[in-house]
Amino acid sequence: MDLAAYKGVYVIAEQFEGKLRNVSLELLGQGKILADGIGDDIGAVLIGSGVKPLAQELIAYGATKVYVYDDPQLANYNTSAYATVVEDFFNKVNPNVLLVGATNIGRDLGPRVANRLQTGLTADCTGLAIDNDGKTVVWTRPALGGNILAEIICPQNRPQMGTVRPNVFKKPERDDSRTGEVIDMVAPIREEDFITKFVELIKMGGGGVKIEEADVIVAGGRGMQGPDAFTGMLKDLADLMGGAVGASRAAVDAGWIDALHQVGQTGKTVGPKLYIAVGISGAIQHLAGMTGSDCIIAINKDEDAPIFQVCDFGIVGDAFQVVPKLTEAIKQYKA
Amino acid sequence: MEILVCVKQVPDTAEVKIDPVKHTVIRAGVPNIFNPFDKNALEAALQIKEANAGTKVTLLSMGPEQAKEVLREGLAMGADDAYLLSDRKVGGSDTLATGYCLSMAVKKVMADKGIEHFDIILCGKQAIDGDTAQVGPQIASELGIPQLTYAAKIEVDGTKVTVHQQNEEGYIVSEVDGPVLITAVKELNEPRFPTIRGTMKAKRREIPVYSAADIGVDESKIGLDGSPTRVRKILTPPQRTQGLILKEEDPAVNVATLMEKLTAQKLI
Amino acid sequence: MDFNMTEDQKAFVQIAKDFAAKKLAPTIEERDMNGTFDRALIDEMLSLGLAGTYFPEEYGGAGADVLSYIMTVEEISKVDPGVGITLSGQVSLAANPIWQFGTDAQKEKYLKPLAEGTKMGAFALTEPNAGTDAAQQMSVAVKEGDFYVVNGSKMFITNAGEADIYIIFVMTDKSKGTKGISGFILEKGTPGFTFGKTEHKMGIHTSITKELIFQDCKIPAENLLGKEGKGFSIAMQTLDGGRIGVAAQALGIAEGALAHAIEYSKQRVQFGKPICTKQAIAFMLADMATEIEASRWLVYDAAMAKQEGKPFSVKAAMAKMFASDSAMDVTVKAVQIYGGYGYSEEYPVARAMRDAKITQIYEGTNEVQRMVTSGALLH
Repeated sequence: MDLAAYKGVYVIAEQFEGKLRNVSLELLGQGKILADGIGDDIGAVLIGSGVKPLAQELIAYGATKVYVYDDPQLANYNTSAYATVVEDFFNKVNPNVLLVGATNIGRDLGPRVANRLQTGLTADCTGLAIDNDGKTVVWTRPALGGNILAEIICPQNRPQMGTVRPNVFKKPERDDSRTGEVIDMVAPIREEDFITKFVELIKMGGGGVKIEEADVIVAGGRGMQGPDAFTGMLKDLADLMGGAVGASRAAVDAGWIDALHQVGQTGKTVGPKLYIAVGISGAIQHLAGMTGSDCIIAINKDEDAPIFQVCDFGIVGDAFQVVPKLTEAIKQYKA
Repeated sequence: MEILVCVKQVPDTAEVKIDPVKHTVIRAGVPNIFNPFDKNALEAALQIKEANAGTKVTLLSMGPEQAKEVLREGLAMGADDAYLLSDRKVGGSDTLATGYCLSMAVKKVMADKGIEHFDIILCGKQAIDGDTAQVGPQIASELGIPQLTYAAKIEVDGTKVTVHQQNEEGYIVSEVDGPVLITAVKELNEPRFPTIRGTMKAKRREIPVYSAADIGVDESKIGLDGSPTRVRKILTPPQRTQGLILKEEDPAVNVATLMEKLTAQKLI
Repeated sequence: MDFNMTEDQKAFVQIAKDFAAKKLAPTIEERDMNGTFDRALIDEMLSLGLAGTYFPEEYGGAGADVLSYIMTVEEISKVDPGVGITLSGQVSLAANPIWQFGTDAQKEKYLKPLAEGTKMGAFALTEPNAGTDAAQQMSVAVKEGDFYVVNGSKMFITNAGEADIYIIFVMTDKSKGTKGISGFILEKGTPGFTFGKTEHKMGIHTSITKELIFQDCKIPAENLLGKEGKGFSIAMQTLDGGRIGVAAQALGIAEGALAHAIEYSKQRVQFGKPICTKQAIAFMLADMATEIEASRWLVYDAAMAKQEGKPFSVKAAMAKMFASDSAMDVTVKAVQIYGGYGYSEEYPVARAMRDAKITQIYEGTNEVQRMVTSGALLH
């Protein structure tokens, strides 16, 4: 089939407990920019059970078309079943570009689909653009532990696929006056897709703001010297600002806080308004996870720590003295 | 039970530095290591072996001759067999082509061992040089077996495998009866050290090396030609620049200055 | 003489290095401060087979070579010299004499668990009045039927209290002087065998050092190591090997200190520039590095000679003397480079300097090493 026959930029939307994941909305925003560049439309694919109402929300965030695969058997994510659905979508609609949020599910689904469709998938993209030919997507992504950026293209195969981490792009404005087409699709359920069974979901994290969604993150590193700071001084500051506690790989490896809080190349990517790095040296792997922050504040007793090269504000000093003083000062200010 | 663990030798990306003048990667002197997540995968396999008598753990890697070092390290940790796929022709493969090559190698290993299938295939969640986390699922898809990624806990009961998969909210518990490919995260376990005796025994082992021809690949599907994606350009990441650094002796003074700035810019 | 490491040696060194980095480094400061001997940590190290490196497979070893073992002692000592000497004491001083002089039954019963790492070992020659003058033993053993009854005490014994297997040397015939000393294998828990006070040392706090006390302690006759009257010779030959271990420990201490000093000199800015740009400092570092290189060759050469079954006594004495004197010099310089911070226990070089001193003293003071060396020159 001739490449020109593949049309449309589509986001495989992810939802959880009736709510669309932010990353899917972020992708609608960036996806529209991409679609405009190619002269194409931006749409979405919605998969699940009882999810049809979310189609309107996708339209409000910019989707011109939403293909809905709503079936009770798709209530819980299942790699094979969801991959079969996306395969069906591809065969029926011939999309040009598929965008998937790089959540754990997205990174699980993406490569399975790419293999089924024998096409190229570029993971964890931090940039999306159009090539000089006006047709091919240029996917930019970090490699070598975040030390380099690579620009990848998929010139001959369709669909062109990419996963994008949450908080890389900004969520577009919601406009409920937008209209769009909702197309109901029949989910091609096959028994052999359900070899793996969903048993249960165990929720962790004891509530509180999740770092992927926080506007403020207070992150601790090796300088915290133990677990106490994470439940003590860092949490106090984070709570005061309505934010979340994060951690460097060193702190997680030392067992001071669990991996859900890890920011970095092998942890989570975050893009809060304010990122306060406490006792974190600023290794490339960590920076890879938080350079998207609007404002970075670093507190470290080592004035040669690399983090001071990239922060907007830095305080050289003993974190155990600076953080409580900062917390107190903010408390006073808010009062 | 027959378990296969896919392992990769990677540069220690934590040791990679950027030339401050040329803004290029300094690769010289960066040691090669056993991909850390693959070690978690191997440790999981060894623990399953210890709990289930008669289980064999086989290692498979795709890489240059030097990759035998990690295969020997894996044998020294307690794996039973190791195989290497090494051929210039597979070089330059993207994840689709790599998944294809490895799955063909898996089939060849099964044929050579006279087994019909591996009960469990374990991979690390991602390699720390590529960081794509795609090859595990690609192999599973090629072999037509289910995949359970981001495994933070694995329980094996006969042919039934239950996995706690890491997820944004916590863990999704999934279960499968029959062959499955699992990718491992750091939280899964703490990998053991190889032993001195294990190292001595590993050094004496012959490690079979497969070529592309040995595993019967369609050459149009491997290497650069077989890769739907290709690298158009390599760049160094844009550097954020340094802002205001406060270095007064008295932390109270630094905090006061910082508060001034933050409130002025409405960041608080 | 080719010290390009073989693939295996690299692999062994990597095991020791990873263990030291992951298991010893995170807690060394705390364990040193508190004088903690962490048995669980030692057991974990031993479970990797590090005590069996050069013993034959039939006795629980790996069938590798002495140099590989020495390199692992060196690697561990870069991070935790107390654990380094714990390993060396077990291998060179306790396991080695059983391997060299023991009966098959003794090897099966005692060498195997030491090599496999399921038991710990120690060597006891020194007494309150018998240090360099080792022949002046006061502990005596009297044969009574199928036993030897031992009375006396030993001092400054590394691994004491924790070890299960002790190689002790006592007088079986006072009239014969050094030829009246015999060696025995003594098990912990034997009635009449107890431990005295724990030494509070200047350094190597993570190693345990205690007194041994024998009060009518009955050792089975089959635990005689070698022949009656051969004990002194066995002890001296064993110490020859132990010296290489101490030399490796000293080398590791020096290497650790140098690495810290280099890093510090690059970061510490005075007068607008890092202090490494000052020749006074740079030249000190050059001297330290050169002493370390010279030590390395002496240590590895002694290890290879032992492995090849060649006479190695003088090489071992030279290596121990030079490496320990170098370690002392290097660590003192390292503290100097750190300046005021070097005197603070918050930084690692103070500990390195405290650790280094003992290497000039134990397993034969450096004066003894000079006696051995000059004796060979002048005979």
